[in-house]
Amino acid sequence: MPITITIPAPLRQFAGGQSQITVEANTAGEALDLLTSTHTGLRRHLFNDQNALRNFVNVYLNDEDIRHASGPNTPVKDGDTIMIVPSIAGGAVIETEVGQSLPELSNEEILRYSRHLIMPEVGMQGQRKLKAASVLMIGTGGLGAPVGMYLAAAGVGRIGIVDFDVVEESNLQRQIIHGTKDLGRRKIESARDRLRDINPHIEIETHEARLTSHNAMRLFRNYDIVVDGTDNFPTRYLVNDACVLSGKPNVYGSIFRFEGQASVFWAEKGACYRCLYPEPPPPGLVPSCAEGGVLGVLPGIVGAIQANETIKIILGAEDLLINRLLLFDAWPMKFREFKLRKDPKCPVCGEEPTIKELIDYEEFCGVAAHQLPQTESKLEEISATELNARRLRGDKIQIIDVREPHEFEIARIPGTKLIPLGHVVSRMNEIDHEVETIVHCKGGVRSAKAIEALKRAGFQGRLINLKGGISAWSDDVDPRVAKY
Amino acid sequence: MITISESLLQEIRAHGVKDYPYECCGLLLGRYGPDGKVVTETYPISNAREESAKRNRFLIEPVELMRGERYAREHNLEVVGFYHSHPDSPAVPSQYDLEHAWPTYSYIIVKTLAHDATDLFSWVQEPDRSRFNQEEIRVVSG
Repeated sequence: MPITITIPAPLRQFAGGQSQITVEANTAGEALDLLTSTHTGLRRHLFNDQNALRNFVNVYLNDEDIRHASGPNTPVKDGDTIMIVPSIAGGAVIETEVGQSLPELSNEEILRYSRHLIMPEVGMQGQRKLKAASVLMIGTGGLGAPVGMYLAAAGVGRIGIVDFDVVEESNLQRQIIHGTKDLGRRKIESARDRLRDINPHIEIETHEARLTSHNAMRLFRNYDIVVDGTDNFPTRYLVNDACVLSGKPNVYGSIFRFEGQASVFWAEKGACYRCLYPEPPPPGLVPSCAEGGVLGVLPGIVGAIQANETIKIILGAEDLLINRLLLFDAWPMKFREFKLRKDPKCPVCGEEPTIKELIDYEEFCGVAAHQLPQTESKLEEISATELNARRLRGDKIQIIDVREPHEFEIARIPGTKLIPLGHVVSRMNEIDHEVETIVHCKGGVRSAKAIEALKRAGFQGRLINLKGGISAWSDDVDPRVAKY
Repeated sequence: MITISESLLQEIRAHGVKDYPYECCGLLLGRYGPDGKVVTETYPISNAREESAKRNRFLIEPVELMRGERYAREHNLEVVGFYHSHPDSPAVPSQYDLEHAWPTYSYIIVKTLAHDATDLFSWVQEPDRSRFNQEEIRVVSG
């Protein structure tokens, strides 16, 4: 197709003085290739040494930036016009930002990163960008493990890790950054050692803290990119808002059972997490991984996607997961993708934002008020030790276990009856209301819900919640009962 | 060579001082003639970079530039170059400036202090992109 390329005034000297040149091409990229193969002097002003369009050079097809279409692959048709427009950037030199001020690679590093260096998409320039970059990881759990390990291996120069937890046995099924030898250690220390072992050429900064509204802005300020590996809604909203307010890209991932999500929330380029989910779900509606479980390999897959997008942001790649929500289901093994749109009414990144500083996220997500379901009458509770004492005394009591059958298979308190939470109302008649009833689950939350549901359904008997559930039983009464 | 009036240079300096400690920028509109470029108007542009980076980088978004180009065309002018300020730094192009420039255009850089604009030089990129050469500024009255 014949299409017309308009040459900007300063480049006409490289195009035989012409202001317009017509070429036959099928895509915008092909048109530029043809143009610069006839007028070779033009090429170096439009493309860099890696043959990528220089980042300040914009190509408009008719009136649309081809970056917003399919880039060089954008199809062109008869009579289209291509315009080449520079965006002008410049300024005083500041360290470690661009061009010659990027850090050099040692020979050891060149050898280490050789598989990157031989790809033009990364190359020497890209590897130096990785070295100059800094990334803050929130959490060193299931998602943080692969994120940290791949970013360290890729040579991201400075990695910050935020966590306040210690390594527990039940973490090791998926948090592959920690090992059996690390049980009981602080996660940040265990993670730091693992990352150092993977790559001694990078800096690791540890922040032993729970991320809060008080420290988030200060922490985020020192990094280019934030990777969200959190497992709860308050922190997720906090990470989002702090990223929007500080202008940082937020590389998001979340996991539950067999399903994962990933996206890049970067307010100046697209939707943020609040554009997608303006409000958190009602507390308790979405169970955590501790309650619902998670396939160990799932965070490996989702975290690797987060690491991939982080590296692409650093390299300046196109086609990021911006305005795209990637959904992954490990069981049928399917990926799906949704388009996201920036919400002009978004309270934090919209046109008239109402959130201009960080708020109380526990309150926003209703966690504090809903830690336990609200009951009209006060919830009666009993400790594991007390329950055991009453059983030994021979008190007439019945114990109802409201966990799922597969949990019952893992561990149980002897002499209990299993009625999963979802069936507790329909099977109410199986519970003797003449006898005092102790209700338990894994940690005490579901059993409180069960009691509330039974009361609402008109159950007449006395219901008592086992504080801390079967976990407390294992801790305080019988360590032979397995914890999970 | 670039020809520009004393009053337009004064406007560029004033823009730089007004935007201090941030960088200012704008277009130089005029004509390409047999004796080099003649600036007849400046077209100030807001610094499009986010607050935190304003001190170190300026950027004219392509849409802004298109708007400037359109304005120039309507007035039968052309973009002949750009100006920007270097707050507290020499009026000399940086490596970053070099990587983000094209030949032929004039790049006027003015050093700004809190209340004053001092050095002002014009630079043109070597056609092989290797460096900037200082360009003679012919100041005319008006």
